[in-house]
Amino acid sequence: MKAGVIVFPGSNCDRDAYHALRDVLGYDTEYLWHADARNLNDYRLIIVPGGFSYGDYLRPGAIARFARIMDSVRDYAARGGLVLGVCNGFQILCEAGLLPGALTRNLSLKFRCKPVHIRVENAETPFTRRYRPGEVLQIPIAHGDGRYVCDETTLQQLRANGQIIFRYCSPTGELGEEWNPNGSVDHIAGVANAQFNVLGMMPHPERACELLLGSEDGRRLLAVS
Amino acid sequence: MPKAKIYITLKPALLDAQGRVLQNALHQLGFESVQQVRVGKYLEVELSPDGDPHEQIEAMCQKLLANPVIEQYRYEVEG
Repeated sequence: MKAGVIVFPGSNCDRDAYHALRDVLGYDTEYLWHADARNLNDYRLIIVPGGFSYGDYLRPGAIARFARIMDSVRDYAARGGLVLGVCNGFQILCEAGLLPGALTRNLSLKFRCKPVHIRVENAETPFTRRYRPGEVLQIPIAHGDGRYVCDETTLQQLRANGQIIFRYCSPTGELGEEWNPNGSVDHIAGVANAQFNVLGMMPHPERACELLLGSEDGRRLLAVS
Repeated sequence: MPKAKIYITLKPALLDAQGRVLQNALHQLGFESVQQVRVGKYLEVELSPDGDPHEQIEAMCQKLLANPVIEQYRYEVEG
């Protein structure tokens, strides 16, 4: 199975994603350079990784979405290819219009870097069908701009369609402001597009694939083969 | 040379976390009259004299400079 990890100037989780896909999951994994247009048809999964693409100039993800590789990603997604955006990758996919909403400065104004718990809200997507509905995962976050926002109409649609894939929660699965690390609306940690082949999330599943690193709860998410 | 001054702020419905902190800080400094602070971006864009500057700036704001999902913008063109 082939997987690809996009590399922008300023990506810094590309190697984590590459390691998880190649060394942990055993996929034939390739880096995809931002300035190249590529035919991605024979890839099973594309990861838009975390980091600070283009220095987060203007807004996180605002510049990266114009990279040539993003046209290839857009075509790939339109044909149903699986795209996972993590952290800065989530911000890029929102800026690119591949996912609804936007990510703004954390309510605390602090960069939050710690393990958090998230609840699987929809276990019927290509990314989450290896989890139980309502299962609580421990996955690390590391971001300053992770407060998910969208307008009320979009929020209603996300809820109605089951596009809210993960919510921040307590270790036992309860929702509460004290478990929401960035002030996201409705505790949203991850959303999918209406076709469920594009998923964006602030927590880093690629950093939670080995018990040595504290959790392997992210592994099943990447095990899309 | 036309020069545009562009002001970008979060939409009023969105909580501005930075603005809220500044509001509290100003209150602590004794500026009790402060009702609200909104933090935004200010950009200056210089253009060549060809074409309609308003049309160009509008397109730039829509495509890149502002994110219409969360931000509003206004601009003035001089020269």
